[in-house]
Amino acid sequence: MSTASVPLPNWITYGLMPLLNLLVAFFISGLVVWWIGEDPLAALKLLIEGSLGRGDAIGFTLFYATSFIFTGLSVAVAFHAGLFNIGSEGQAYLGGLGAALVALALDRYVPWYVTMPFAVIGAALFGAAWAFIPAWLQAKRGSHVVITTIMFNFIGAALMVYLLVNVLIVPGKMAPETRTFLPGGQLPKLDWLMAWFGLKLGPAPFNVSFLIALVMAFLVWVLIWRTKLGYEMRTLGISPSAAIYAGIPYGRTVIIAMLISGGLAGMMALNPVMGASARLQVEFVGGAGFVGIAVSLMGRSHPLGIVLAALLFGILYQGGADLSFEMPNITREMIVVIQGLVILFAGALEYMFRPAMVHLYQRLKRA
Amino acid sequence: MSQHPAIELVGIDKSFGAVHANKNINLKVEKGTIHGIIGENGAGKSTLMSIIYGFYQADRGEIRIDGKPLDIRDSQTAIAAGIGMVHQHFMLVENFTVLENVMLGAEGGQLLAKGVSGARKELKRLETDYGLDVDPDALIEDLPVGKQQRVEILKALYRSADILILDEPTGVLTPAEADHLFKVLKVLRDQGKTVILITHKLREIMAITDEVSVMRRGEMVATRKTAETTVEELAELMVGRRVLLRVEKGAAKPGKVLLSVKNLTVKDARGVTMVDNVSFDVREGEIVGIAGVAGNGQSELLEAIAGIRKPASGEILLDGQPIANADPARLRALGLAHIPEDRHHMGLVLKFEEYENSVLGYHRDPRYGRGALLDLKAIQADAVEKIEKYDIRPPNPRLKTANFSGGNQQKIVVAREIERDPKALIIGQPTRGVDIGAIEFIHRRIVEMRDAGKALLLVSVELDEIRSLSDRILVMFAGKVVGEKTPDAGEQTLGLMMAGIAA
Repeated sequence: MSTASVPLPNWITYGLMPLLNLLVAFFISGLVVWWIGEDPLAALKLLIEGSLGRGDAIGFTLFYATSFIFTGLSVAVAFHAGLFNIGSEGQAYLGGLGAALVALALDRYVPWYVTMPFAVIGAALFGAAWAFIPAWLQAKRGSHVVITTIMFNFIGAALMVYLLVNVLIVPGKMAPETRTFLPGGQLPKLDWLMAWFGLKLGPAPFNVSFLIALVMAFLVWVLIWRTKLGYEMRTLGISPSAAIYAGIPYGRTVIIAMLISGGLAGMMALNPVMGASARLQVEFVGGAGFVGIAVSLMGRSHPLGIVLAALLFGILYQGGADLSFEMPNITREMIVVIQGLVILFAGALEYMFRPAMVHLYQRLKRA
Repeated sequence: MSQHPAIELVGIDKSFGAVHANKNINLKVEKGTIHGIIGENGAGKSTLMSIIYGFYQADRGEIRIDGKPLDIRDSQTAIAAGIGMVHQHFMLVENFTVLENVMLGAEGGQLLAKGVSGARKELKRLETDYGLDVDPDALIEDLPVGKQQRVEILKALYRSADILILDEPTGVLTPAEADHLFKVLKVLRDQGKTVILITHKLREIMAITDEVSVMRRGEMVATRKTAETTVEELAELMVGRRVLLRVEKGAAKPGKVLLSVKNLTVKDARGVTMVDNVSFDVREGEIVGIAGVAGNGQSELLEAIAGIRKPASGEILLDGQPIANADPARLRALGLAHIPEDRHHMGLVLKFEEYENSVLGYHRDPRYGRGALLDLKAIQADAVEKIEKYDIRPPNPRLKTANFSGGNQQKIVVAREIERDPKALIIGQPTRGVDIGAIEFIHRRIVEMRDAGKALLLVSVELDEIRSLSDRILVMFAGKVVGEKTPDAGEQTLGLMMAGIAA
């Protein structure tokens, strides 16, 4: 026996320990910043101000966080079923195609709120479709989903470039992108939400898809912990042999989990495509699919944790961009190092402080 | 020889967090004796032995080897002090030879050749001295479990162990193999070695030990001369109350055939035939036991009937309906319940809370929620009912299943399968790793099911369990049913059949 089986109250497991891990990650990041000759406290101040200091900064932070919520949920749903979906990146990319086709078809005729539900469905369908082939191969042929989904990222990228360069491009233009959607194909910004808090959004593209992301987080929670399908997915994810014993069909459960996962990844496209640039561009996903893996890991595959982790990564993304602008010594790569440290401590080393915490907790309880 | 005991424990105390695994343990094991240690699962036997072998350090207390206090920080120290351990799960490299396994960790220098010839000579001497006959060049994976265990003992002796600790050594052996092991242990004792035997089988204690110590809930509650105690007294000391060792049941009243297996053949993933053309019937109101040494096809037979493994050929009928190709969900709907052999891998999802496991396999039942949603209130109410009826402890449906003891985990499975009131119940190892108190309870439930007119098929490697529960016994060897006996057949007869010697 070890301390691993000693129960701790939830506020320690889900509150104190992640916070502690985060502080250690920031502390080590601070050492790195100090080592390259910059002032860590000044850097931290810039990071915070750049991400949370002004209305538009918060807007950008929440914009990034929105994308990460979608991809984090995508990874988490598959993970609950024991599947490691590395393909959220490609599924999101294809999701953009679904969203863009709906927007291009409808934006001339109807207002945005009519387009939106169709765009949500279109994005989810295309994302799910892109996850279907790896899912089917895993379910029926045993081809490992990690390999196939990562391959499908490349195939998806190539397909999208082909479509944008040859099919969807505006004739006579140089840029490989669709025409700009009319307001009927755009998701409006959430100025009013920011105004509630007395903040001005400015140029930040914080938009309605944030609300869609929150609704999806809730629905994922219902799915995983309140439905029979979620129960079956969790059983399969934790103990495949118990799932066989319980008569839970492996193939069907794997495919459904991957379709939901792909659909959530696809919806991520709503945010940049219809919420920000109002057109479909190459490489609009920009790594959000991979960040989703870290977000899901850090959020312990729980929707609430994912929303919080997505906010943290939004802060690192936006604040990091500001920081590297203000302190040229701290490059984009340095920001990636800091993100890496956060993932390392909050994700991979999540149990590092657990034994110490158990001892401390027991001593306090006895006293 | 000095008068000191071979090993003496004084005031050993060990806690894991809030769990007090060993409380002020005192124990004296005299030289040249076989000393039994018995206790229920979780009584602290394994912890105590791990402390002696240096896996854990005691919080307090002293270990004296041959009268001298010794601080055992790791297993190297223990080995150097002449302590050898034979684990319940063998620590052998499967694709190494016997000789290579014995030498492992004691190669004697950087170059192998010199060590090998020396080791071969020493191994030969040990084998002849103690009657532990094994071919030094045989691969471990080709040896039957009984011989693999001998290699474990040889390993300890090769490291010149004077004190040999055996942890549940007979769990995987046929009765004949177990008898041979006991002979070896007696030879070891007569040659001056000290043997500590950990077991929960009272019969073995009575058969072979000189002295016996009983542990209960982390405490050493008694030490007796084996000749001066009885099985009943030891059982009572272990559990802390009087225990019914015999299963009380009346004569069976078999009705019509409910479960019928015809010419069933099952192959494993590599295509090896595990169940070979097996046929039998189970009637309403009877328990049919399948005896056999583990690995002779019983597991595959159970899994084929339960729909987990597709049979290669043959028929299975439940109440006249063919079910050979039905999946587990459909079989449950048809009234076939299954208590699987391995509760950790099949019967339970250990990371789930108790109530979630109380519906595993039945979670699609409308009783537990209409449509796509689960009705958590209904499931928890149902779980609480089962907890009360089966005295599952602690009585908390929100506790993680991994935190229940083995006996209580098994009760969760038994409650779930029996309370569905199935027509037929197939049961694998119902009391493996379950303490005596819970065994008594589970056995009573199984007999109640029979008396309620259900058809029961029971697979167990515990011959005692098969004999006391079954109304008819089928013996399996190498995938075939080699004979049918009544439960009053002698242990020796059954043992020989299990070893494939007589029909």
